[in-house]
Amino acid sequence: MDAIRTENLTKTYRDVVAVDHLNFSVRQGELLALLGVNGAGKTTTIKMLSCLTRPTDGDAFLNGKSICRDAAAVKSVIGVSPQETAIASRLSVYENLELMCGVYGYAKREKHAKITELSHRLGLDSVLKKKAGKLSGGWQRRLSIAMALIGDPEILFLDEPTLGLDVLARSDLWDLIRSMKGRITIVLTTHYMEEAEALSDRIAIMKDGRLLLCDTAEAIKQAAGPDHFEQAFIRIVRGVEQ
Amino acid sequence: MRILTFARRNAKEILRDPLNLAFGLGFPIILLLLLSLIQSNIPVPLFEIAHLTPGITVFGLSFMTLFSATIIAKDRSGSLLRRLYTTPMTSGDFILGYTLPILPIAVAQCVICYIVALPLGLEWTVGIGYAVLLILPVSVLYVALGLLCGSVLSDKQVGGICGALLTNLSAWLSGIWFDLDLVGDTFRRIAYALPFVHAVEMERAALAGDLNGIFPHLWWVLGYSVGALAVAVLLFLRQMKKQ
Repeated sequence: MDAIRTENLTKTYRDVVAVDHLNFSVRQGELLALLGVNGAGKTTTIKMLSCLTRPTDGDAFLNGKSICRDAAAVKSVIGVSPQETAIASRLSVYENLELMCGVYGYAKREKHAKITELSHRLGLDSVLKKKAGKLSGGWQRRLSIAMALIGDPEILFLDEPTLGLDVLARSDLWDLIRSMKGRITIVLTTHYMEEAEALSDRIAIMKDGRLLLCDTAEAIKQAAGPDHFEQAFIRIVRGVEQ
Repeated sequence: MRILTFARRNAKEILRDPLNLAFGLGFPIILLLLLSLIQSNIPVPLFEIAHLTPGITVFGLSFMTLFSATIIAKDRSGSLLRRLYTTPMTSGDFILGYTLPILPIAVAQCVICYIVALPLGLEWTVGIGYAVLLILPVSVLYVALGLLCGSVLSDKQVGGICGALLTNLSAWLSGIWFDLDLVGDTFRRIAYALPFVHAVEMERAALAGDLNGIFPHLWWVLGYSVGALAVAVLLFLRQMKKQ
């Protein structure tokens, strides 16, 4: 079964079409990268899929549940790490994770076990007592992902997870994302070509709200001609402009 | 469970800000001490401790508006709320989670003001208990105003509107600092059409143990509290939908 299936998913803001009749599917356990330049409609797509914004037209089904008709059920199977680091800055790392445990209704004992397990898995043990607002960008992003994982999501949305991070922090996060592949369905938005190529099973290239192509990095390179994925991306996006 | 978790987070965010503690608890106490000192040198009936303390406890609540508006506006400008909107939390969880933690802080502020007022000459009577109890509906009003402002204003605007405008309005139109009759009939009428002076007079009556005297002021306060809360909930839901 597809973990995600969109059917003519559309979002317009007054006369601007942010997402235009989007049709794609993501298999269970697959990592799909939504790639595109600024304003391509990646974040709006994530917002619709995570029930933050209602589509103007069309629908999407997450594990068979409609985002339009069954938002509560969709919310129970997803985890979202938004573009900006979404943490409570005056709370410690532990308290941030505790907050999310409470939101997902964990009992006290389960809560502690869950935090211990996640902080160990994401390497947050050493910063558990630190105030989240005092952490570096890389640690904050790591915490943000940990918070998205608290509810044991079946589908995880990572919106620009490595934006603004240095090379080492980015490499660490890549390792973390790779470690989740196969177990959780992941949709990741990025405008870093190398990130999409390195992490994804398939890449969906978006421009002006439309889906231009959805395939593996290799297939995209073959279809567009050049060896380098970045060149292939530029050729595909420019090809539409001409 | 979710409400309590979110309320606990909000309480921590508020209480861990040293500026909040300084303004919320420190400022009313400083005012109480300062005006009592003036009173000891130049006696004015308005600043007699039994008259002044209820007013200060009501005035101090304007900082609760600032607290609640600031935390909501900040959460809206960041992406924590957006994250929480993708979880099973409901609109009721958010509204109660923002409202509930400020009520005990408001009561604590009121209790501290009365504790400070005792060595300044306030008599220990059952009226203090009534006054603390009746501060609850007044607190609901001020917290609702915070929820309302936080739902429509940015975190920078909140500072100006709640921090400056509301605290001043609440001070001028409540009869704490000057007798409203001195300003004129129109000003008096405007003041009595708003809840602030009613809140102060209700608290003064409660402290004096005059339970009949709390009416009709209690109805004014309750009316405004319910009205402000209803508008605040609508505006909060509207911004939630917008997000």
